[in-house]
Amino acid sequence: MATLVIAEHDNKSLNEATRAAVTAAKKIGGGDIHILVAGQGAKSVADEAAKVDGVAKVMLAESDALGHKMAEALESLVLSIADGYGAILAPASTVGKNFMPRVAAKLDVMLISDITSVESADTFIRPIYAGNALMTVKSNDKVKVITVRPTTFEKAGDGGSASVETVSAPDAAAKSAFVSEELSKSDRPELGAAKIVISGGRGMGNGENFAILEKVADKLGAAVGASRAAVDAGFVPNDYQVGQTGKVVAPQLYIAVGISGAIQHLAGMKDSKVIVAINKDEEAPIFSVADYGLVADLFKAVPEFEEELAKIGY
Amino acid sequence: MKILVPVKRVVDYNVKVRVKPDQSGVDLANVKMSMNPFCEIAVEEAIRMKEKGLAEEIVVVSIGPAGAQETIRTALAMGADRGIHVTTDATVEPLAVAKILAKIAGEESPQLIILGKQAIDDDANATGQMLAALLGWPQGTFASKVEKDGDTLKVTREIDGGLQTVSFGLPAIVTTDLRLNEPRYASLPNIMKAKRKPIDAKTPEDYGVDLTPRLSVVKVSEPPKRQGGIKVESVADLIYKLKNEAGVL
Repeated sequence: MATLVIAEHDNKSLNEATRAAVTAAKKIGGGDIHILVAGQGAKSVADEAAKVDGVAKVMLAESDALGHKMAEALESLVLSIADGYGAILAPASTVGKNFMPRVAAKLDVMLISDITSVESADTFIRPIYAGNALMTVKSNDKVKVITVRPTTFEKAGDGGSASVETVSAPDAAAKSAFVSEELSKSDRPELGAAKIVISGGRGMGNGENFAILEKVADKLGAAVGASRAAVDAGFVPNDYQVGQTGKVVAPQLYIAVGISGAIQHLAGMKDSKVIVAINKDEEAPIFSVADYGLVADLFKAVPEFEEELAKIGY
Repeated sequence: MKILVPVKRVVDYNVKVRVKPDQSGVDLANVKMSMNPFCEIAVEEAIRMKEKGLAEEIVVVSIGPAGAQETIRTALAMGADRGIHVTTDATVEPLAVAKILAKIAGEESPQLIILGKQAIDDDANATGQMLAALLGWPQGTFASKVEKDGDTLKVTREIDGGLQTVSFGLPAIVTTDLRLNEPRYASLPNIMKAKRKPIDAKTPEDYGVDLTPRLSVVKVSEPPKRQGGIKVESVADLIYKLKNEAGVL
């Protein structure tokens, strides 16, 4: 049976998370891998998807609603082409989390959310309790509907030359309308894709103080994140949030500044390659997962960090 | 307008869970249980809509063991009007929960169902969307703002990279994100009053829903422990080690 991967994209380029989902699809095995690109004016995304290694066919469906990733429209589209697939995968992004449960419910199968490993064609590992336990589950359903945690799978490279065909977008069974979108404008890389992430917590004191992290981020080409405490305190918008209820990241280097290290935060960053913690409280739990801990006042240490970076050529 | 609010009883968010030595699951013996935080936000939102005169009645549903009745009482003490407790000791997956809730929605005819976006035990983030699909209703998930204008609901959603606003007619599903509101604490008089509010006792059989799990749990294991590293003495030392030891700069 073939496997369907639903692409994550912004109508211009393919999001790397899609490549992680393709890798998961390869591990499931069993047949051809097809990618569905649902969007509006997204031909360039389909062309990019066609080059991904291991992909046999790309389908492009376009409509206004799909361009805005409306869950109801995505549900109807995926259901219209679902026949013949043994597994349907999408990245566990806010888009995938929005429409994939609808697809699963209509197919009368249980969604397998946020998998971190493919053990076999029907057995997967997924984190529960904010990653404090890992559950291995075997699906007894005929079709596996899966969302994939992008950080835990290698990104499939280029090397394919799939055909691109157009499929029609059916009307959505349930109606909703797009009103507006407000995306954070930033020249920095997005949290999920950044090789370096520097995050601030309640210790930052206020939103303005995040400027000192931004300066370091700009030197390093890093993304800026935050703990839930900093988001709850209104220092930064919610899309900065790293943790159980925010983004899960696994960069090469994660720098936690003024973050105590609640389990909900650790859930979102403990798979990072190297973790640095800067905190004035030497008892802070963050130090128990940090490779390098610095007990210091962040308002002195972070500007000094920036100066020292300049000395080594950043 | 009638609002239905499904709530889940989960391990309190402050508890650090332990995996059972036989890897059959997580140890829930003598662990503090509470209402799932996202469900609390859902209850609060429904109450605020009622306080604004947008809703007349709030019905709270919980599916789970006897203890789930406490969770319903908590919601009633916050300000919900009555409860439905579907009693079962079985593991109920989001698909089966959504099927039971769809049946209840058929009986109760709510205009709006507000749910938490995810439960902090299984972290599935699926029930609301599944329910919306089964009912054929539109959805506004991960809501940080909900506005009602006549028969239209405008929902601002937390998405990767920012916010998206969508609108749709009723009936509909909303799932809550953290910033939607800050749930109230129930006052003592309201806790006393909640004891007299009605809770209907039901079973999954009443709704004819098959609870057989579709996912069999092979095992539940501890995640690999991350070893704490070293403390560095200075920023210069930190930079040196990141560059020369870890090789990440």
